[in-house]
Amino acid sequence: MTITVLLFASYADAIGTAELDLDLPAGSTVGDALHLVSRMPGAARVPANPLMAVNERYARADQPLAAGDELAIIPPVAGG
Amino acid sequence: MRATLVHRPMDPSALLDEVSAPANGAAILFVGAVREVNEGRLVTGIDYTAYDAMARRELEAIVAEAASRFDTPHVVVEHRLGTLHVGEASVVIAVAHPRRAAAFDAARFVIEELKRRVPIWKREHYVDGTREWVDPTSPAASGAHASVVATETAVRGDDTQ
Repeated sequence: MTITVLLFASYADAIGTAELDLDLPAGSTVGDALHLVSRMPGAARVPANPLMAVNERYARADQPLAAGDELAIIPPVAGG
Repeated sequence: MRATLVHRPMDPSALLDEVSAPANGAAILFVGAVREVNEGRLVTGIDYTAYDAMARRELEAIVAEAASRFDTPHVVVEHRLGTLHVGEASVVIAVAHPRRAAAFDAARFVIEELKRRVPIWKREHYVDGTREWVDPTSPAASGAHASVVATETAVRGDDTQ
């Protein structure tokens, strides 16, 4: 299945893109997707347990993913 | 209730007008602005960016939670995105309530929750021409990262910090 990964701010700068498609085996979790992203060039900037969201809602690493999901890997937020 | 991301200068007094009602004996206006020194470095401006759809969703959720928790529908927040100069307002919150204590608490709740969980980032511009993404968790290291999901439900409990 294919999901979309969104990267922001310092993570997007480090990995060099704000959006990428990821092919994963059926039954993969948020943590599985993060593991693949963490092996990409520049991903050393992304910590082992970043904030993540699936389809605009905060998610845990053990949450299952479905085809077409939008997974956001979220740097420390700094609004206000 | 209203929560909006904007790409233009904001008008704080308009938000104050928006929450005014005859029943309200108190109104609080909070204005957050770009300050000229951060962590000892001279700042000339800040770029604000967001995960727009989720930031809007989280802001709307925070306003709804504040309205429910403090029992007033008169809660409005605007957050500005784009490049801001020192002194410009980045966030404006207006809350009105029959009683002042609840009005103060609700305004405080909105700004603290916004800072904790709305996916907005800022990149500071310094006088020496460099730019850096701000990481509020950096002194506390990675332990702070996972706390949003864990405390999401606790927020609706008896949290007065």
